[in-house]
Amino acid sequence: MKKYLVATAAIFAASLAYAGEDSTLAIEGEVFVTEVDAPEHMENVSTLYSGWTFRADETQALQLDDFDNPAFLFLDQAIDQWDTVEGSEGKSCSTCHEDVADFAGLKSTLPRVEDGELVTMTNLVNECVTDRMGAEPWKYSGAKMSAMTALIAHQSRGMTMNVAIEGDAAPFWERGKELYYTRVGQLDMACSNCHEDNYGNMIRADHLSQGQINGFPLYRLKNAKINTTHGRFKGCMSNIRATPFKEGSEEFKALELYIASRGQGLSVETPAVRN
Amino acid sequence: MTLTRRDVFVLGSAAFAGTALAGMPAFASATDDLIAEFTGGAEAGSGALVLTAPEIAENGNTVPIEVDAPGAVAVAIFADGNPVPAVATFNFGPLNPSRSASTRIRLAKSQNVIAVAKMEDGSFVRADAAVKVTIGGCGG
Amino acid sequence: MAEGVKPRVKVPKSASAGEVITIKTLISHKMESGQRKDGDGNPIARSIINRFVADFNGQNVIDVTLEPAISTNPYFQFEATVPESGEFTFTWYDDDGSVYETTKSIEVS
Repeated sequence: MKKYLVATAAIFAASLAYAGEDSTLAIEGEVFVTEVDAPEHMENVSTLYSGWTFRADETQALQLDDFDNPAFLFLDQAIDQWDTVEGSEGKSCSTCHEDVADFAGLKSTLPRVEDGELVTMTNLVNECVTDRMGAEPWKYSGAKMSAMTALIAHQSRGMTMNVAIEGDAAPFWERGKELYYTRVGQLDMACSNCHEDNYGNMIRADHLSQGQINGFPLYRLKNAKINTTHGRFKGCMSNIRATPFKEGSEEFKALELYIASRGQGLSVETPAVRN
Repeated sequence: MTLTRRDVFVLGSAAFAGTALAGMPAFASATDDLIAEFTGGAEAGSGALVLTAPEIAENGNTVPIEVDAPGAVAVAIFADGNPVPAVATFNFGPLNPSRSASTRIRLAKSQNVIAVAKMEDGSFVRADAAVKVTIGGCGG
Repeated sequence: MAEGVKPRVKVPKSASAGEVITIKTLISHKMESGQRKDGDGNPIARSIINRFVADFNGQNVIDVTLEPAISTNPYFQFEATVPESGEFTFTWYDDDGSVYETTKSIEVS
């Protein structure tokens, strides 16, 4: 056990205040909640911080103007896709859904339980693609799906994260919580070791965030494209040298619900910009 | 004389540097050569050219820079630590009032970003900015 | 033509004669630098946008030479003087010979 503690101490450098503690995220006059009291179900954290607050000034600035934000290139592609007919039924998204803006409020309440199953936005989009359009399902974090889920989630921007965690959702939420605190991989780390115990601290030259997903799908400077929650979970698991679960797996869906619930009260920022 | 490991290393480096300089003189000054090409060999002084770049870049993939060169006809940007030092050349047209521009660039590591402006009178002005590129934890 | 290349341009819809306006442009492009290697260790060929030009009613505003050090999805911000009503033309030139062009009209009062 001692060995692991030493290893952990070597990874996390001394505590430093993160970059934008006092800055305000406002886009076209709309102010976003980036810091708020944690919900009751969070036992070890008192204040929530959006991932935006941990970023350097230059990265933060990219999200302050929708033109400067490169994610909108991909949202533009999704707007074209919205009207593109695909599959055997001769339908596009717009055949049934007149205006994508009608999806305001969806991202802030997903994942949710439908007929006993936990569903993500990707599941809902693919249900349309296969059952109603008669097309092949889109790849879970493929370019088309990432852009489309970002466009749909963007309709909820500024709304408050508010997923259901009780009733039908409770067993999924419990499963997600268990995964969040379970140490895995060669580095033997759980989500909580970085994102609960050490947010705000440095991991090499980088600030660890709380791992909030209120800005997803989002644009990362690292790979210059839209990144999904499940794609990011996979990246984290690879970093701690664990074998990642599959995108769209029951494990990642449950984890997504639990992590979304750890952001209850923060504003939806989609599409956010991160490192 | 007792040689420490450090001495050996220093000697080795010096020998290598000597060889490198003799063997391929252009290597060490690829950026200088490109600047000389842009200026036609003329000396670039300091003057009305402001180069804005972050002191620390969170991600070397996307580093915002800005040049502001009133009275310039063109500004060339170089990054002396990149495998290819040339970054961009802005040529300003008659309808460009401020002779300023912003873009986003890639920096392979911590290094100097250099802007050289060609002024309307044919003279050249230079500005340098050192940018530290951090190695991310999980973000980088 | 490289896949999925899409320009975005921000120009005010109106201005007063001689006013200085700010223009922003963004285009989706991988800007493959030629420095990277694929999974098998073979170099990936350079494929970038190498030139960007902004003109107004046939007169030049800015003409940029791009090298591989320009980030993915190239972004430019610059200013322009608008003497009269007319049209901005923005043109990006791809290594592969493709040319992407978009225009924006501006009303001068």
